[in-house]
Amino acid sequence: MSERFSVGDRVRVRRAYPPGHVRAPYFTRGKVGEVQAIAGSYRNPEQLAYGITDADRLPLYRVIFRQSDLWADYQGGPKDTTVVDFYENWLDPA
Amino acid sequence: MTHDHDHSHGHDHDQTFQPDIEDSPFTHHQVMAEALGELLIEKGVFTADDLRRQIEHLDSRTPALGAEVIARAWTDPDFKAKLMENVNEATASIGIDSGDIPIRAVENTPETHHMIVCTLCSCYPRGLLGPPPDWYKSRAYRSRTVREPRAILSEFGTTLPDDVEVRVHDSTADLRYLVLPMRPRGTDGMDEADLAKLVTRDCLIGVSLPDNPGGV
Repeated sequence: MSERFSVGDRVRVRRAYPPGHVRAPYFTRGKVGEVQAIAGSYRNPEQLAYGITDADRLPLYRVIFRQSDLWADYQGGPKDTTVVDFYENWLDPA
Repeated sequence: MTHDHDHSHGHDHDQTFQPDIEDSPFTHHQVMAEALGELLIEKGVFTADDLRRQIEHLDSRTPALGAEVIARAWTDPDFKAKLMENVNEATASIGIDSGDIPIRAVENTPETHHMIVCTLCSCYPRGLLGPPPDWYKSRAYRSRTVREPRAILSEFGTTLPDDVEVRVHDSTADLRYLVLPMRPRGTDGMDEADLAKLVTRDCLIGVSLPDNPGGV
């Protein structure tokens, strides 16, 4: 499977709010992070949830965010980060 | 549950009535799970014995298996390299079945401390560690861990310097995560079995650190 993004790319999580079974956490929508790893490809859980058993296979990315980019008033350490896994349909170039 | 009856018939009412498990309301999801299980057995997809075996297998997965894996990684660099590559294959190589759901290890270092959460539900490396603790599934842990991880850590008695990167892993997708803690100082003479005793479930989630046997 060819991946749209490479390790080190800056990506923005889509700022979209579709109804139903969605695997992109709210707190990351619209936020910019960096692709830390490509973690294989898996069938799209947002289709699997509705009984589509031959759902599209999508690349899965591990995206690392600085906490201060996720939360404007973050109170922890300056180097703190969060890594979230996203399927490719949730990411745009940043 | 109700316990209405005539209070004149002479048995001991000081005892607290203990409900049986059927006395709580049967929830929608319990009904669905029961019905699904019965239908799949009826249709011959699997047998009641297969289902029982699978439940028994899941119940046999415990944090002690995780501790065994960590102690091996601390004492065997080749095994550690395999573990960092692919947890399921590494554990299989020492006779521990950690299931089909891919588990990845994240290694604590003096610079980076890892902790695991599933903000969307309760994804957890069950195939190796068994079911997660209840607090792991709570909304408080799930929402606060990404928002204020150091506050969560301190509530578990874990304080880290500000210049250590606290890295939270949100298992939103097909992978599960396991923390490989740092081997405590003062453990050079310890064998694998004794090392495993230092590794608790909470260390494997990353909310705690293994005890230092030297106490320092």
